[in-house]
Amino acid sequence: MEIAAFYGFSGLAIIAALFILFSRNLIYAAFALFLAFLGVAALYVLAGADFLAVTQIMVYVGGILVLLIFGIMLTQKADKEAISTTPNRVVVSMARQFWGFLIGASLFGFLSYVIVTSNFKMTGESNVSRSTLKTIGVELMTSHLLPFEIAAILLLVALVGAAYLALNRNPAS
Amino acid sequence: MTTIPVEHYLIVAAALFCIGLAIAITKKHLIGILLGIELMLNAVNINLVAFSRHDPERIGGQLFALFVIVVAAAEVTVALAIILRVYGHFRTVDPDKVNELKK
Repeated sequence: MEIAAFYGFSGLAIIAALFILFSRNLIYAAFALFLAFLGVAALYVLAGADFLAVTQIMVYVGGILVLLIFGIMLTQKADKEAISTTPNRVVVSMARQFWGFLIGASLFGFLSYVIVTSNFKMTGESNVSRSTLKTIGVELMTSHLLPFEIAAILLLVALVGAAYLALNRNPAS
Repeated sequence: MTTIPVEHYLIVAAALFCIGLAIAITKKHLIGILLGIELMLNAVNINLVAFSRHDPERIGGQLFALFVIVVAAAEVTVALAIILRVYGHFRTVDPDKVNELKK
């Protein structure tokens, strides 16, 4: 049952990623990215990371994907006369496609060769039945307190910087 | 309860990472490149979580993945703001057409 769920969700994520790669329409690619994120969240659950799966769904699907779709809609060409009939095409040049596929396939071959030939010796029991929520909370507040505070500062800086960058300084346009 | 071997997680993560790299190379749209980068960050997180299964006392891998998610959220907001500024200035989102410094 767990094996079937693992292969089903990993296949969902990989097929959604391949759809992004071959799709010409960026809105469809964003919705396929939604499916890929859901598949990755299910893989987190199968690996015993329940808190991380919920965080993935809340941050990526609820925040980042909505931002990306807003960005796609705000950067459309507005000078066409028939906006509703022309899809938002993404032009892919042939040389880029060739190099992209070549580099991606060769890197995948290399990585899978390394993973298959390496012999992982795992120590410690893999306990996946207990919730990780208490452990994460205690670790964040004790031994990882400095990265936690730095993450807070980083988010504040990113918020202020993004709001300043996206400010429309030219009201005529 | 049967446990899935860690190599299967690594293979899935490697496939997602390579597809994300191919997306970031082939798309001629700045937001398309951003989609590929997001996919690559997710693939790295799968690796961290898969190895963190064998460390149930101090789950360092999951904490690292949590910070990766935070940094990815900050990166996406700033990148989208820059893309909107580039679109407002050059009226295009093709990274090949934003080549004013080359001329």
